[in-house]
Amino acid sequence: MKRRTFLKGTVASGMLSVAASAGLLTPRMVLAAWPETAFGARSIDDALNALLGDTTLSESGDIKIKAPEIAENGAVVPITISTDMAAESISVLIAKNPSPLACSFALGGSTLGFVSTRVKMGETSDLIAVVKSGGKLYSAKKTVKVTIGGCGG
Amino acid sequence: MAEKKIRIRAKLKGDVAEVKTLMSHPMETGFRKNSKTGKKIPAHFIKEVICEHKGNKVLVASWGVAVSKNPYLSFKFKGAAKGDTITISWNDNKGESATADAKVS
Amino acid sequence: MKKLLLITAAISVLGAPLASQANPEDDLKAFRGYFMERFPNVPLEEFANGVYAIDAASREQWEAIEEFPPYEIAVDEGEELFNTPFKNGKTYASCFRNGGIGVKSDYPYYDTEKGQVETVESAINACRTKNGEKPLKWKQGDIAALSAYMAYTTRGQTIDIKIPHDQRAVDAYENGKHSYYARRGQLNMSCAHCHVDNSGNKIRADLLSPALGHLSHFPVYRSKWGNLGTAHRRFAGCNKQVRALPFKAQSPQYRNLEYFLTYMANGIPWNGPGARK
Repeated sequence: MKRRTFLKGTVASGMLSVAASAGLLTPRMVLAAWPETAFGARSIDDALNALLGDTTLSESGDIKIKAPEIAENGAVVPITISTDMAAESISVLIAKNPSPLACSFALGGSTLGFVSTRVKMGETSDLIAVVKSGGKLYSAKKTVKVTIGGCGG
Repeated sequence: MAEKKIRIRAKLKGDVAEVKTLMSHPMETGFRKNSKTGKKIPAHFIKEVICEHKGNKVLVASWGVAVSKNPYLSFKFKGAAKGDTITISWNDNKGESATADAKVS
Repeated sequence: MKKLLLITAAISVLGAPLASQANPEDDLKAFRGYFMERFPNVPLEEFANGVYAIDAASREQWEAIEEFPPYEIAVDEGEELFNTPFKNGKTYASCFRNGGIGVKSDYPYYDTEKGQVETVESAINACRTKNGEKPLKWKQGDIAALSAYMAYTTRGQTIDIKIPHDQRAVDAYENGKHSYYARRGQLNMSCAHCHVDNSGNKIRADLLSPALGHLSHFPVYRSKWGNLGTAHRRFAGCNKQVRALPFKAQSPQYRNLEYFLTYMANGIPWNGPGARK
């Protein structure tokens, strides 16, 4: 809690310098090769381990997930993840998908903690957003229902 | 048809540039079967999307097959001015790639 | 159910449509009145948005999609196709009024010379064959892209389909109307069963859209299709869903159905192309 307030307080004057000291501009983050193992992992923990090297998630109320309660069409589910934390990366996992890791975004130093995209969900599932900030992993989740239509599909 | 089109909209709101992009790509999962032949349609999906501004990688997206067909992406960043160029490029699992740019309005 | 039985009974009692009793204007008033009463909080022009005019949850998702709708790419392609000359040097612009810009509102119309309903797709292919080009496939692909471009430049105009003072045109309208209310398929259901009587109700998790305004937003990018399709593609899909054999795209049955349904949308804005699930 204290950390978040501190970061907010310095936004106006020196966000870039805070980011630099927190290791956000490390080239390693933005130039990493495509995480093949992570995308092939069948469990959330395996995916997190392969992608972020850690499976410990701290739930955070500062991560907002905008996603429908009931998806109109599981093939195109619009989602937006946002946070005020100084985020190095935002990753999205869909618990019940064959491979839970859907996508991951490495953010530059002056990029806001905000991504919006459209994902495929095979069935009703938790949508988990993982934010890496200050070397730690924070998360939030939301259940999105995916149903069978009545018109024959 | 369609191949490799990337549409970009970049708008400055205060000191934040909001970028929205729509890409044309089948994002084939590799799970679907061709209804006529019964054979699996091979996976064909964008692996990486790189968004650049003034030589800086503002955002690098790593994608798997769970991103929807004709994918959409939106992000926001600071430090851009009107008239600056935003470049968006992608590469996929078949080795194909595309790139496009737009000016911040 | 009762209302529908009355309508089908009326049709069978009348036998062959009696032209002298056909009154499309009265039909339109009744049709519109039914939906305005069923959905009292929806202004007429909002019916152009179909199910999103009557359901907040799906509307929110649709608005997220409309932030950058998937059909925009097709509109660009359509524009490119539209402006690419044929082998003989002419372009599509030569076949349409106003160079083809903002003219989707002219369709469908009853062509008194040809003695049939012309749709925007049939006009596009007529233009091609007139200029020595092969016609395009009817339900998706380039024809949908061209239709999308024409729909896009027509956005905002008000639907105003005319039925000329010609017995054949009235017959075409009546044929479309009859199609709409007739039962078909193994499920033995009519279009009206779902989209009139049960509009706003659910079948499993699908919310049934109201028929009022149904053709305002075509061609349509359906998430289910993953691409753009024409109205006749959707008609065929709906027919298959009640396990009826579909008619061919641009067949007289579908042209007349399109004629009837678009007339029923008179007064509502043209807002194609659309994005739906």
